[in-house]
Amino acid sequence: MNKNNDSNSSNHVILRVQNVHKSYNGVEVLKGISFIMNKGETKVIIGPSGTGKSTLLMCINRLVEVDSGKIFLEDDEITSAKNVHKIRQEIGFVFQHFNLFEHLNVLDNVRLGLIKVKKMNKEEATNIALKELERVGLKNKIDLYPAQLSGGQKQRVAIARALAMNPKLMLFDEPTSALDPELIGEVLGVMIELAKSGMTMLCVTHELGFARAVADEIIFMEGGVIVEQDPPQVIFNNPKKERTKEFLNKLTKLYGKEENQ
Amino acid sequence: MESLQIVINSIPYLLKGTVVTLELAFFSIVLGFMVAIFVSIGQLYGSKFVQTFFLLYERILRSLPELVILFLIFYGLPIIGIRLNPLVASIIGLGLRSSAYQSQIFRGAISSLPKGQVDAAYSLGMTKFQTFFNVIFPQAMRISLSGWTNEAAVVLKDTSLAYSLGVIELLRQGTYIIAVTNKPLLIYVICGLIYFALTFSLSKGLGYVEKKLAIPGYEVRRG
Repeated sequence: MNKNNDSNSSNHVILRVQNVHKSYNGVEVLKGISFIMNKGETKVIIGPSGTGKSTLLMCINRLVEVDSGKIFLEDDEITSAKNVHKIRQEIGFVFQHFNLFEHLNVLDNVRLGLIKVKKMNKEEATNIALKELERVGLKNKIDLYPAQLSGGQKQRVAIARALAMNPKLMLFDEPTSALDPELIGEVLGVMIELAKSGMTMLCVTHELGFARAVADEIIFMEGGVIVEQDPPQVIFNNPKKERTKEFLNKLTKLYGKEENQ
Repeated sequence: MESLQIVINSIPYLLKGTVVTLELAFFSIVLGFMVAIFVSIGQLYGSKFVQTFFLLYERILRSLPELVILFLIFYGLPIIGIRLNPLVASIIGLGLRSSAYQSQIFRGAISSLPKGQVDAAYSLGMTKFQTFFNVIFPQAMRISLSGWTNEAAVVLKDTSLAYSLGVIELLRQGTYIIAVTNKPLLIYVICGLIYFALTFSLSKGLGYVEKKLAIPGYEVRRG
């Protein structure tokens, strides 16, 4: 189950979050969050809504600025970096609502960042884009526009768009929450492949099957703090905190028992 | 028969006037467009001061009758030493007034775009500038097009106000012909028909552009 016990990857820290605080209008959403992620690890964040999970992800690529605390990407401090654009290039972000560029076709959605941000020429960018689109199984849809795609296809394009930038870390913010149930599988399939290929991934999701299959650790957040942070076996079978157990029970009732137990 | 002869004789003069009308319309719309882009961006993204400035600019121009704007520019500016010929004064007057209206079309279109796409562009490492020109602007222009077509038609028809500054455009050519022929109904009907034809073609043409630029999956279905 744990895919990252390979010798060289286990100690290379990609992301270090240190005591991050964030308030909105006097309400503290993040009350001192700390954790680290090693290269190749997949961590899943679960927790009730309004707990600051999305805010945490957005702080990591600085779509939201932290109030205090530090976040490091490898050795670079993200939170104080002057060139925020450079930082964001290295972190892929997948949104709940896909956020594809509606006026561009699939290929251009994936190429745009390469051409405008990485200043690649069109040919080079096209090659990379096609490679990533193949990876998410959409190489035959490159001429279609977002409005012509299903939700699952949109999200896979969004994943390809993020991957094309060759990020060190991928953040997923409830990538399947806006999808019809029968479309969730295709997106999770891509994410599972990605995790297995060694990408470092931090996912906010309530897909427990996914967590069970690929997560190295599950972070249970509630009320702006990390309540428990343990490998899936521990969290699912033997949670240390009563609150974790309660929440998981609720989730299981809502989504049904996992089949692949 | 006599009327037909008058019509045939008038056509060259009316066409000459029509060319001036088109010139007026074209340059006013283009001037209005360029200024409107600045005004809408200023209102949306500017500092408090810039926002207030452009808000005042827009409110004032939208509150004054077009004729007052034209008279202010043509008769008012010479007092501070700026003397413009009637054609230029008309273009500036029509253009600036239109910029106030166009700016609101653009502002509405820009603010109607979902914020998520901006986040997505930022998350790829795009700057504010890159995001605006590659993501926001192309989509906002498409959304603006139907409202903008309307505004362009208004400017085209309002070029007739340049008559009052002595610009020899379509309406004034018509009036000259009436002075000679004494056929006001006939000539004004012809002028009206020419305005109709121009406005109709403009709307049709821009409607075609709108269709062409429509994002697949979002086409407006026309009966």
